[in-house]
Amino acid sequence: MGLLDFFIRKTFPHGIHPPEYKSITQHKKTLRLPFPERVILPLAQHIGAPAIPIVHKGQYVVRGEVIAEPAENALSVPIHASVSGSVREIDLMPGPKGSKVMSIVIDTDPSSPQIPVSGEYQDYTRMTPEQIINEVKQTGLVGLGGAGFPSYAKMLLPKDRSIHTIIVNGCECEPFLTTDHRIMLEKVDDLIRGIQIAMKAVSAERSIIGIEDNKLEVLEAISPRLPADGRIQVEAVETKYPQGAEKMLVKSLLGVEIPSRGLPSEIGLAVFNVATLAEMGRLLPNRQGLVERIITVTGDDLAKPGNYVVPVGTPLQDILDQADFTGQEAEIILGGPMMGLPVASLETPVTKSTGGVLILDQHAYKPKDILPCIKCSLCLQACPINLNPSELGLLADKRRYDVMEEQYHLNDCFECGACSYVCPSNIPLVQYFKIAKTLNRERHIQNG
Amino acid sequence: MVALGTALAIILAIANKKLFVREDPRIDEVDEMLPQAQCGACGEPGCRPFAEAVVAGRKNPSDCTVNTPEGNAQIAEYLGVDMKPKEKVVARLACAGGTHVAYTRAKYEGMKSCQAAATVAGGGKGCSWGCLGLADCAEVCDFDAIFMDEHGLPIVVEDKCTACNDCVVVCPKDLFSLHPVSHKLFVACKSLAEGDDALAECEVACTGCEKCAVDAPPGLIEIKNNLAVINYELYDQIDVDRTPIERCPTGAIVWIDSKLGTTRSSVGKEAQRSHRNEPLPLG
Repeated sequence: MGLLDFFIRKTFPHGIHPPEYKSITQHKKTLRLPFPERVILPLAQHIGAPAIPIVHKGQYVVRGEVIAEPAENALSVPIHASVSGSVREIDLMPGPKGSKVMSIVIDTDPSSPQIPVSGEYQDYTRMTPEQIINEVKQTGLVGLGGAGFPSYAKMLLPKDRSIHTIIVNGCECEPFLTTDHRIMLEKVDDLIRGIQIAMKAVSAERSIIGIEDNKLEVLEAISPRLPADGRIQVEAVETKYPQGAEKMLVKSLLGVEIPSRGLPSEIGLAVFNVATLAEMGRLLPNRQGLVERIITVTGDDLAKPGNYVVPVGTPLQDILDQADFTGQEAEIILGGPMMGLPVASLETPVTKSTGGVLILDQHAYKPKDILPCIKCSLCLQACPINLNPSELGLLADKRRYDVMEEQYHLNDCFECGACSYVCPSNIPLVQYFKIAKTLNRERHIQNG
Repeated sequence: MVALGTALAIILAIANKKLFVREDPRIDEVDEMLPQAQCGACGEPGCRPFAEAVVAGRKNPSDCTVNTPEGNAQIAEYLGVDMKPKEKVVARLACAGGTHVAYTRAKYEGMKSCQAAATVAGGGKGCSWGCLGLADCAEVCDFDAIFMDEHGLPIVVEDKCTACNDCVVVCPKDLFSLHPVSHKLFVACKSLAEGDDALAECEVACTGCEKCAVDAPPGLIEIKNNLAVINYELYDQIDVDRTPIERCPTGAIVWIDSKLGTTRSSVGKEAQRSHRNEPLPLG
């Protein structure tokens, strides 16, 4: 990167620069952890309708077998057994959001070789877009970056829309996390195949991989292996939080904005995470289901932090044991420190959309006194989508949730947490907004 | 300038005569007799709209739950309408899992608000359905009718409660509901977990054992999703005594008497544990 590039590097306005803490795990090769004794597979690991179980208690299932089918006529994907073993129960278990959710619990068969079932090889270059989209649905693939939006649904377009460019999100702007970094180094072939599959499914002309410029080694690793036709490009973007939000990345790479409350497909784009496409490139040709994922286990008091492959549904307790957690008490977060959710139970499983397990002790948030807003406007300078968090926070204090939504564009907020991060008065702004959104949703449901 | 002032004054004087709205003077009088809590418990937006509704005959003076019965009788006498005696309605909490009987699995250190805790991992209590104990209800109550006890559970002071519905709306776990005081039989639990799973998190949880349903008059109590649910429509038509609570092993179903307070089964072993005073250890 030359000096000139430094000044004209691609970016979006506002945002913040939190410390990265990525050096803990970014040079550690991905390793597979031993299989847990038991996996817990929630029926709703994706946005949309929960899958419907098709197995019964005591039934023996094989790794990769479909154990829950997608709900009919709804946004939904199947769930595959992530280990071979017998179904222990289908019951309420602690979910990643805190409340108990319906889950299928499987006792791992210790004598099984744990080889995932695969179907007949299929060549995606000879498949029609409809066939590809259907096969993507069968893999149970959802956005692995965190949101858990079913991947097939991003490719299903209304007739009046078309996609010209696929944006591949390799930013990984959350501090601590390094899964996407490792995938882009270790799984380049899968990733490129995944991009080609996605391009074929939506008939896109080109694709751009966006990588934050703190990962230039990735850029150097990928560039020489791109197909010669030049339809896939790699671009570096500024390292800044929340660069990995799809709206921000599109703005940085192409200089265009996704309309308020709109989808990228409205301006001819589709945005996928690198982990999602790498899995697509690996699973789809072999007709396999999503049974495992890479997570970053990092933070304080860990003897063995690293990037690990674990079966979906592995309880946190197993992961902490394997990574040799040496502390007594810590805050455990699924995902990154900015947008991840703390968990209240070690029985909580890793789901399809869990990108990392973060253990915080000395870095943990210690509650501070909330002071009055001094209208310093730091939050306005941090908000990547130009909202007014200060005013929104004052309204939330007065419980004027309706005004927040109707006049201050509350629903455009994607809860990146930049405003809370910079607030010198320690006002938990993004927490207020989450409450406001939840209560607004409830109100709308009540009013029909 | 003087001419303009005079002209406008004349217009105003005419408008005052022509557009005068004759308002029933009794509305002002009734409004003055009301407690001015503006709570909305009567179903009207505030006290003055309620006064209008009473004068128009759409509401009865007794619909105001904040005013004393004597005060309401005074309004009825002033307007010459019959008082429709109305039973007192109070808010009740469907959870008895204070920190002394319900396990806390994780320490919550965020915003001191139940609604905030509910959005992050449900606050740390083992039971997903139980009271988070961060006092959103006590804070929202305009009448000081809710206070938090030493075990982190809100206690409703029946005399002060006006059934304004604010606590029902604010609770993220939907634990409050409004009941006439004659509804003495009450299930103080919302856990949908099954038997031992429920007990593992809270010692006074409803396990769905059906003993109360068997002992109660037919059809009064039904077990839905491992939770006893009382059919209050039927309750209002028949005489119910405290038989259904007697065999409850955990004391999840209670008998609430305005004078005697809340009483539990004297048989259930676990029910006795709720007399413990110390909070349970973390974990």
